[in-house]
Amino acid sequence: MPDTSAILARLTTTQTAKEGVEHGIKADEWERLVTRLGREPNLVELGIYSVMWSEHCSYKSSRRHLSKFPTKNARVIQGPGENAGVIDIGDGQAAIFKMESHNHPSYIEPYQGAATGVGGILRDVFTMGARPIALVNALRFGDPSHPKTRSLVAGVVAGIGGYGNCVGVPTVAGETQFDAGYNGNILVNAMAVGLADQDKIFYARGATPGNPIFYVGSKTGRDGIHGATMASAEFSEGDEEKRPTVQVGDPFTEKLLIEACLELMATDAIQAIQDMGAAGLTSSSVEMAASGGANGEGIGVVMDLDKVPQREEGMTAYEIMLSESQERMLMVLYPDKIDMAKAIFDKYDLSAEVIGETTDTGHLVLTQFGQVVCDIPVAPLAEDAPNYDRPWIEPPKRAVLDISRFPEPGDYGDVVLKLMSCPDMASKRWIWEQYDRHVMNDTLDSSQSMGNAAIVRIHGTNKALAICSDCNPHYVAADPYEGGKQAVAEAYRNLSSVGATPIAITDNLNFGNPEKPATMGYIVKAIEGMAEACRVLDFPVVSGNVSLYNETDGVAIPPTPVVGGIGLIEDVSKIATLKGAEKDDVLIFVGDTTGQFGASLFAREWLGLKGEDLGSPPPIDLEIEKKHATFVRQLIHDGLVHAVHDVSDGGIACAAAELALASGMGMTVSIEDIGRDKATAMNLFCEASARYLMAVPQSSQAEIVRRGNELSINAGWCGSVQGDYLVFIEEPVKARKVAELPLSRLREAHEGWLPNYMNEVD
Amino acid sequence: MKTAVIVFPGSNCDRDAQDALAKVTGKAPAMVWHKDGTIPSDTDLVMVPGGFSYGDYLRCGAIAGNSPIIEQLTAHARRGGYVLGVCNGFQILCETRLLPGALMRNASLHFVCKPQRLSVESANTAFTSAYAGRDTVTFPIAHHDGNFFADDETLDRLEGEGRVTFRYVQGENPNGAARDIAGILSENGRVLGMMPHPERAVGGNEGGLDGLGVFESLVSAA
Repeated sequence: MPDTSAILARLTTTQTAKEGVEHGIKADEWERLVTRLGREPNLVELGIYSVMWSEHCSYKSSRRHLSKFPTKNARVIQGPGENAGVIDIGDGQAAIFKMESHNHPSYIEPYQGAATGVGGILRDVFTMGARPIALVNALRFGDPSHPKTRSLVAGVVAGIGGYGNCVGVPTVAGETQFDAGYNGNILVNAMAVGLADQDKIFYARGATPGNPIFYVGSKTGRDGIHGATMASAEFSEGDEEKRPTVQVGDPFTEKLLIEACLELMATDAIQAIQDMGAAGLTSSSVEMAASGGANGEGIGVVMDLDKVPQREEGMTAYEIMLSESQERMLMVLYPDKIDMAKAIFDKYDLSAEVIGETTDTGHLVLTQFGQVVCDIPVAPLAEDAPNYDRPWIEPPKRAVLDISRFPEPGDYGDVVLKLMSCPDMASKRWIWEQYDRHVMNDTLDSSQSMGNAAIVRIHGTNKALAICSDCNPHYVAADPYEGGKQAVAEAYRNLSSVGATPIAITDNLNFGNPEKPATMGYIVKAIEGMAEACRVLDFPVVSGNVSLYNETDGVAIPPTPVVGGIGLIEDVSKIATLKGAEKDDVLIFVGDTTGQFGASLFAREWLGLKGEDLGSPPPIDLEIEKKHATFVRQLIHDGLVHAVHDVSDGGIACAAAELALASGMGMTVSIEDIGRDKATAMNLFCEASARYLMAVPQSSQAEIVRRGNELSINAGWCGSVQGDYLVFIEEPVKARKVAELPLSRLREAHEGWLPNYMNEVD
Repeated sequence: MKTAVIVFPGSNCDRDAQDALAKVTGKAPAMVWHKDGTIPSDTDLVMVPGGFSYGDYLRCGAIAGNSPIIEQLTAHARRGGYVLGVCNGFQILCETRLLPGALMRNASLHFVCKPQRLSVESANTAFTSAYAGRDTVTFPIAHHDGNFFADDETLDRLEGEGRVTFRYVQGENPNGAARDIAGILSENGRVLGMMPHPERAVGGNEGGLDGLGVFESLVSAA
């Protein structure tokens, strides 16, 4: 037994501004803290303030800008502010989803960092009563030639698979990109989607005084202490030393926790529930207290930390409150349901203890070894956290990229091969084959068919959700406002391309240090661009996560606001995928090719341009996006098409290549029916938006053209599905072939890069 | 045909098995919790589902192989009842010695999930009769430890007695399994363990339809 009096003396020692700084509390925040508290905090209290006021928990730099997002429409049941967003999908059911980053931990310890990222986002979803039905991940790594990249890819992928596969939730979609800008700060964003009945949704809010606080799941250990604070600071060389602040995941316990919680949720035992994520017991208890009360007026909490199940001996109140041990939940139960709840958790061999109760004091009171070690008002911790209007400057505008300065490529086939095998475009089979995409038996389409969005059936029904993740950081770096619009519009296009009605998004905003006005400018403008797109497309933001301070040694990552989109499919027989093209189908091109080369894949990979030289990204006309997407969706709904692909990175050339590879069918594309720029490269590789390529049965062609004419949408013949080659022709009369690639060669290039790279020995 | 599915902590294909059995037999299987559950005495087929029982800790299937329910499972098998173990279920059946051999880590050391072509080695079993006339079928696979191993004597015997039901199509072995073995039978032909997932290929999803045959064969055998 340790000497408790010495521990207690340390825990209750009054702290000073200097110790505040060591906890990441800046001088002005210290003043604010002491004023609100009316005294200096002790060590436990300072620890609690430091995590609650960290960027990670308080969103103090982004809050005022996040309020620009549209977050409501007729379908939104719960927008941002709870564990995850909730959307009405009809028939009394709801989709519950969120995306969250685990960037810093994944760089330090890739396997556990990525694994616990998956675990954390799953808990956000099942905390609300949803059974998780799909996982998606958005990954960004450094340059492939950087010495750390290969091991980071291997570790992150193994960690995501190790956790998701074991928990038994299919990983159905994702994106992986490489850029030197992420060399010292990779991005691991994980999204989970769950399904619940609308009358069985659980919230953190609503706990009333006098009820037991119930702790369930894993025991608390010393892992992850101050993880939230780490995630709110810049990196520097040697930060691998922070490895002990990375948590260790146990997907087996998570699986049991899911089953036990859903079993308990089927009863009426739970008044409020919150998972223990960042800042563990601190944030979960504070958030439930702050949003407690019949009218959300806030309540108090008293907890006896000696009752918290502990993995190690001699843990102090400070450590218990700041531990980020995984697979733990905090609930407020109705008093007469404790025995029943304990019986359920006992069935699954999980720890479950009453560790305190809710009160009407509005204070967070903690005792250890029989003595009060913390007694602070709850409100200043949460609502009253700092909320900064960080100074920012308008990001510089870039000139339009003038393509005429560059020679036309000698061989367009070489360009297609190069683009399709570059790290961003090459097949990610090596990654997704390590993920169980099929467990739960509802996966209708996944990464397996290279699709625009995954399609997951709503169990036992004829409906499905379409799920995608998107961001083009090159566009955002070139123009954050247009790039932000594009990220949302891309998700909207991807969902529409499979026949789904886009209904809502979650976002994961990854940026550098917000205290630098130039970086803050990108944050502000990207949010404003995204907000504008969400508003016009009626595509509200219902949940999200902000990850700032993604910098190493003063250099920020490329601005990367990732969008996770959800769409609803009312009838699974009315969908389109990439793999559906059939022999002798007609290719139809929808949209307008309006010469946009800025920040394009062609400019980066073929012309070798970087940074400023890449020019401005393609502008987005949101009304046109909406019009074209609606048109395409209707065609799918009416059964007129076999396969659809939106045109994005690498333009029509890469869209056609992907369509051909997914269906295993050759294609011949007539360039003049795509665009009429005098530069052939422009027509082939331009990334103008709101465009689609479709394979349709010959019998549909006339009807599609007629509908296009009626709506003043350019939709017409641009080629055919035939043979074993990808062919691009010009001057259809003479049918000059400007490129002719055997599908086998294209496949080899596309499939070869990643496995070859991963199998090279350093 | 009356069926039951054993559920271990960490099983995650139990619902998939339940749905597939309900679809083919028209009757919901009994879902039997490993700790205190009972396999109904008139059960024809017990399915041991895939997943990560006990987190695959110690060794895949090792802890589940010592769970309280195993006694009932072996009694059912001794009586000549049908048992189908898929993926983690196969690993568990090897641990209980209802089937010979062991499943080692995939030769690639990676988890692998993909559509897998299998050759049907014999359509003359209770689990494969519906595949008469078909050389190959495609089932989804999803495992980290599917590398079947047994000594040469055992392998010779399995082959000699016609107890290899499925092999990975030559040249497409995804895990390094000895002699491309994907599924094997017990001596009495009533217990089948296999790494590929027939329950994920009964229609309505990315897995296709080829798995139906396993369940249809059982329905006509039972």
